[in-house]
Amino acid sequence: MLGLALVVLIVAVALAAPVLAPHNPDKTNLRARLLPPAWESVRGDVRYWLGTDQLGRDVLSRLIFGSRTSLVVGVLSVWISLVIGVALGLISGYYGGNIDFIVSRAADMFMSVPFIVIAISLMGVLRAKGGGETVLVLVIGFANWVTFNRVVRGEVLTVKTLEYVDAARCQGQGSLAIIWRHILPNVTASIIVLATLQVASAILAESSLSFLGLGVQPPSVTWGTMLAEGRDHLATSWWLSTFPGLAIALSTLGIVLLGDWLRDVLDPAIQN
Amino acid sequence: MVPAIIGLTFILFVLVRVGGDPVAGLVPPDSTPEEIASIIAAYGFDRPLYVQYFDSLGLILRGDFGNSIRFRTAALPMVLERLPATLWLTSASVVIAILIAFPAALLSVVYRNSIIDLMVTFTSTLGRALPNFWLGIILILTFSLHYRWFPVSGMSSFASIVLPATTLGTSIATTFARILRSSLLETMPKSFITAARAKGLGAKMVLMRHALRNALIPTVTVFGMQVSWLLGGAVIVENVFAWPGIGRLMLASVLLRDLSVVQAGVFVFALVVMGANLLVDIVCVYLDPRIRVG
Repeated sequence: MLGLALVVLIVAVALAAPVLAPHNPDKTNLRARLLPPAWESVRGDVRYWLGTDQLGRDVLSRLIFGSRTSLVVGVLSVWISLVIGVALGLISGYYGGNIDFIVSRAADMFMSVPFIVIAISLMGVLRAKGGGETVLVLVIGFANWVTFNRVVRGEVLTVKTLEYVDAARCQGQGSLAIIWRHILPNVTASIIVLATLQVASAILAESSLSFLGLGVQPPSVTWGTMLAEGRDHLATSWWLSTFPGLAIALSTLGIVLLGDWLRDVLDPAIQN
Repeated sequence: MVPAIIGLTFILFVLVRVGGDPVAGLVPPDSTPEEIASIIAAYGFDRPLYVQYFDSLGLILRGDFGNSIRFRTAALPMVLERLPATLWLTSASVVIAILIAFPAALLSVVYRNSIIDLMVTFTSTLGRALPNFWLGIILILTFSLHYRWFPVSGMSSFASIVLPATTLGTSIATTFARILRSSLLETMPKSFITAARAKGLGAKMVLMRHALRNALIPTVTVFGMQVSWLLGGAVIVENVFAWPGIGRLMLASVLLRDLSVVQAGVFVFALVVMGANLLVDIVCVYLDPRIRVG
């Protein structure tokens, strides 16, 4: 339940960002550069609770607005992986044969190259074509379809041998109808659990890519870009790198806990 | 393995083609159309795409990825030169992961449902959520800048491996600990454990000799799946700590659009993952005689 509470909190913060943020996240104030958090006795300023960055922007407000990009990129990219992975998993698991062979070899190939390597190569190539968040969502989504494919294909292989599928076939239902009406609903529980957990991975991927300078570009603010910018002032301003990381850790922790809880609730058989 | 490699060469070909005009990097900006046409003809870019693909397939299988635009030397040797640094980082991380995960999992099984067990379970959940590059930054903040125990970056002395390997190692230690704990818990109620106890073996002997060896099989299998993840983590950690491995070279090459190096890097990563998976299969056979016979 801690997971659900954290996720609700983060979604609420993202939705209410303009109301919650004490300052405009992009407003620079060069007189108030690199102020430490308010509780620090030296130079701490009560107007800036978590301090300011190298351009005098309020860290707290940037964190609050950053949650929007992280969540949107996380959820949309998982949606893309889900659509590709589930569709291919259903088809290759149900039909088998050549389709299954081709899809499985493609999956092997994707699994043999580290996800982040696929993502940075694609981002590097596509960035020149006018990148932005859309490309980032597509790249993370596309690089991650294998996870869904593998789980769904495995489940379909079991489900399709069950009697109710034979019964549907005896009634004269077509393959697509069987997949859509009888197989898909029975693998939905795993898909929901996996999708939840994958949102956490996608948020981590987005922040890693932004941290490496290949993800969201300024002036858009995300936790990953904040970390990357804070790295240049690591020796003097610890708060710039510490708080965005905490924000990432708390939100992914919430999502992971929610995913674990959903798994226990939806399908007691796949515990552990 | 072979279809995966062939497929990979295809993806790499598409990657470079989508990556933009292959001629742009080869000609000076003030060339005349005739000069550009002659370069296109010289490099064979005017031939049908499938011919160009089979050509590049042949070159790739011979290890020829072309020259780096940045360094003007062959791309593959450059990547291979960095391989030892990456392997050193990843193997040190695996050692650290084992040193953390084994005691943690064994303790949490021996003292099941105690405060230790709870701590191990919670920490391993937390480990799934922590971004490892952030952990690296926090370690630098604490142990390099504040206490000055370890160097901030680079690969100058033995001490410089400690922080990068800890960053990467802890992130897989949590997965190891979780899998090992649950497979130990699955093994303990089995009858061969009861039999070992019945013949008078001590609790320690039963746990280490009989339970652990059987619980290792799923753990090693999961490790095989984690290799790719581990190398991906290495790419990030290398960039946090300025570690001179393949990951750092690849990021720099991606940013400068030095695509032959990127291609060679992707290819080497894939081969390392496939090689490691083969090794894992062999270790599994050694651990579990049933696989050998069956």
